[in-house]
Amino acid sequence: MTEERKDQSSAESGSKTSPIKKARPVARRPRAKKEEKPLPPSPKQSILDNYVQMITKKVHEDALEESYINRAGEHIPTLVVKNEHWFEVASFLKTGLHFVYIQNYSGVDYQTHMEVVCHLYSFIRKERIAIRVKADREQPTFPSLTSLYPAANWNEREMYDLLGFHFEGHPNLTRIFMPDDWEGHPLRKDYEPLDKEV
Amino acid sequence: MNPLIVIGPVVLLLLVLGFVTYAIYFERKIIGWMQSRVGPNQVGPFGLLQTVADVMKLWMKEDIIPQKADKFLFQLAPIVAFVPSFVVLAVIPFTDQIKFADLGVGLLYYLAVSSITILGMLIGGWSSNNKYSLLGGIRSTAQMISYEVPLILSVVGVILSTQTLNLTEIVNAQKNVWFIFPQFLGFIVFLIASLAELNRTPFDLPEAESEIVAGYHVEYTGFRFAFFMLTEYVYVFAMASLTTILFLGGWHAPFGLTFIPPIIWFLLKFSLIVFFLFWLRATFPRLRADQLMPFAWKVLVPLAIANVFLSVILKELPIIQAYY
Amino acid sequence: MLRTEEMILNVGPQHPSTHGVLRLLVTLDGEVIKEATPVIGYLHRGTEKLAEDLNYTQIIPYTDRLDYLSAMTNNYALVHAVESMMELEIPERAEYLRVITMELNRIASHLVWMGTFLLDVGAMSPFLFAFRDREQILDLLNELCGARITFNYMRVGGVKWDAPEGWLRKVKDFVAYMRKKMKEYHRLITGNEIFVQRTKGVGRYDQERAIQYSLSGANLRVTGVKWDLRKDQPYSIYDRFEFDIPTGKTGDLYEKYICRMQEIVESLKIVDQAIEQFPEKGPIMGKVPRVLRVPEGEIYAGIESPRGELGCHIVSKGKDKPWRLKFRRPSFYNLQILPTLLKGENISNLVVILGGIDIVLGEVDG
Repeated sequence: MTEERKDQSSAESGSKTSPIKKARPVARRPRAKKEEKPLPPSPKQSILDNYVQMITKKVHEDALEESYINRAGEHIPTLVVKNEHWFEVASFLKTGLHFVYIQNYSGVDYQTHMEVVCHLYSFIRKERIAIRVKADREQPTFPSLTSLYPAANWNEREMYDLLGFHFEGHPNLTRIFMPDDWEGHPLRKDYEPLDKEV
Repeated sequence: MNPLIVIGPVVLLLLVLGFVTYAIYFERKIIGWMQSRVGPNQVGPFGLLQTVADVMKLWMKEDIIPQKADKFLFQLAPIVAFVPSFVVLAVIPFTDQIKFADLGVGLLYYLAVSSITILGMLIGGWSSNNKYSLLGGIRSTAQMISYEVPLILSVVGVILSTQTLNLTEIVNAQKNVWFIFPQFLGFIVFLIASLAELNRTPFDLPEAESEIVAGYHVEYTGFRFAFFMLTEYVYVFAMASLTTILFLGGWHAPFGLTFIPPIIWFLLKFSLIVFFLFWLRATFPRLRADQLMPFAWKVLVPLAIANVFLSVILKELPIIQAYY
Repeated sequence: MLRTEEMILNVGPQHPSTHGVLRLLVTLDGEVIKEATPVIGYLHRGTEKLAEDLNYTQIIPYTDRLDYLSAMTNNYALVHAVESMMELEIPERAEYLRVITMELNRIASHLVWMGTFLLDVGAMSPFLFAFRDREQILDLLNELCGARITFNYMRVGGVKWDAPEGWLRKVKDFVAYMRKKMKEYHRLITGNEIFVQRTKGVGRYDQERAIQYSLSGANLRVTGVKWDLRKDQPYSIYDRFEFDIPTGKTGDLYEKYICRMQEIVESLKIVDQAIEQFPEKGPIMGKVPRVLRVPEGEIYAGIESPRGELGCHIVSKGKDKPWRLKFRRPSFYNLQILPTLLKGENISNLVVILGGIDIVLGEVDG
């Protein structure tokens, strides 16, 4: 995803949301990085650099948008992957780096954009990694990981059901929790409940 | 005409109903005791009237026939199932005196008539127009027909020894030695096969609650359901009696304890078998359908046939033949 | 030629052994399963949506209702994630109370599994024995926090109630009692020929498939993967205790049973050690601000619940309410493998294989 597109999408959705929330998520990460500066370098930094190097070399030069260490809790190397390279990066992580186990797979509505976060674990490396991918808020589309990780199947259906994400290449993208005729996607921030009193 | 011919069966019916009432009560009490519970204790003293209350409830319940069921067969099934279970009791001699029909082919009559019940279960399972009851009906038919074979083969040893099918004469032949000793193999096969015939744990697949909800009588309510339950417990009564007669020496007293009346002896042995059935229910898991059939055909039938040959050979040996 | 027809059987949501409101659409050829499709969502209460309008302390009671058989671990999953993000110090005494309650809850949960699994197999008595022993645990926890199932016991920064006078001694007595009862269970069930016949070699899957489907807990360990978050990503004070991780080899139901039974024994070991090390005095709540404001950022923290990896993914924007709260619910992940396990099986194996997975529908549906 290019810079302009990101700005555009944030401006689009920003017009609908309250002024306080506007544009904050975009500014969030660089600012957090500045605060981290006085902190000692993370023990995982070298591992992260290694991953970034391998992915840019083996998958695509331009596959990653960003990479950083998520310092909350355990230091988890985090890669922000570009939407069009999402599947290749995931399949490289699985086959090349042995990240075979999905620990968590969830979607978030940031109001400026939609995001999917996937925490993977490798039994061989004994390492965790988080990969994230962003999409436009109006039409959030992601490549499906179901063919790589069968465990992703229901998670993607859950995200489709609750957040309205579309996963391209998913074998059976139908609602999983809500009734089939349900209107709207409840976990979206702009969702209006049928009865506001409840 | 002897009035006993009319009164006798009525008395027997009442006795059997009384047995069923309290067999259910004892079953619940015994299993409760084995599972560190109390069992029924609310209705009447010690919960003695619990089953009576249950029957009353079933009696007063609405009789529902599913809309898409085959009405005629649906109503017919409980009758087809129940009637044979009561009819077989006619040939069972409780003591030398207390018996109804002294048929020459008593044993054959029992085995033949009791298989009609299968038809009732199949009709009930099919006519309910419910997939679970159909599965249950098919399962019980397959199971009961398969286990009929070892059941019949296992008693051949007894028939060979006594050279009669009359149950009274079979009992009289056990005056000195009960057939459980010389026919031990036959007894084991008979006991296992009878468990399967009775649809009791560990062979309660036709009614496996956790798999096919309740089997062939899923759709039955009220008194029709009660009739299926009644059938089952009457068969417990009949089968326990038959086991006592064939292998435990009927009313004959062991160790020369003849001062206790024969009917008491009969009831004691009979209760032992009934208790054994209940005890198994509290202890065993259930077999799987595809393990059930091989067990009948590959284990029980060969064992029963071996028992027949063994009986024949032992009958020809000098000293031992006295016991056969 | 006779015409044969496939039959579509609807198992559940009202069926005695779907362990709640799971619905399975089963295509049958005779008694052989051609295809099984789980239909879920009958118990979806939108916990994640509700959580977005609640502050962190208010969410704790909602977590009780996810996996209602082990509410303590659910409480802890949320509290642990929040604490990791806020980098709070937890007092020793609270940590020990947490570990003891969580392990007791794990034993209770495994007992329920064992009982219901045996009920699925067709044995009635173990179910009642298991509930009798579980009752002892519920009484202990009831004495501690006044609830039997939905405990609402943990708080961010500590626990709500201190152990009453003599409670630890009662726990100690229970450990001895339970050890005795374990022998009884093994005598009653483990060697039983019918039980072995029905479970050995049934519902097998290999390591690769288990990892592909992201199974966790005993479902994964039974294939030989030694993966227990208590050891592999230690949280709380689990690194202070000595315990083993029971694993299996073949991944069949019998090993699942053995595995979970051993886990009970290991949990008893942990409880025993925790009582030994229990600090005499001390606070049960750490220094926590009046209004919990989780710093901006994101965390995923997983713990080992009786059913597997129970994780909590929090996205915070620095408010007292989470921006997004997502639970990684082990039952939801574990259930996904069911259709592949059921293909080609006899229908009598359906309930047993389903029972072996150990799902709680409250957790599956969220």
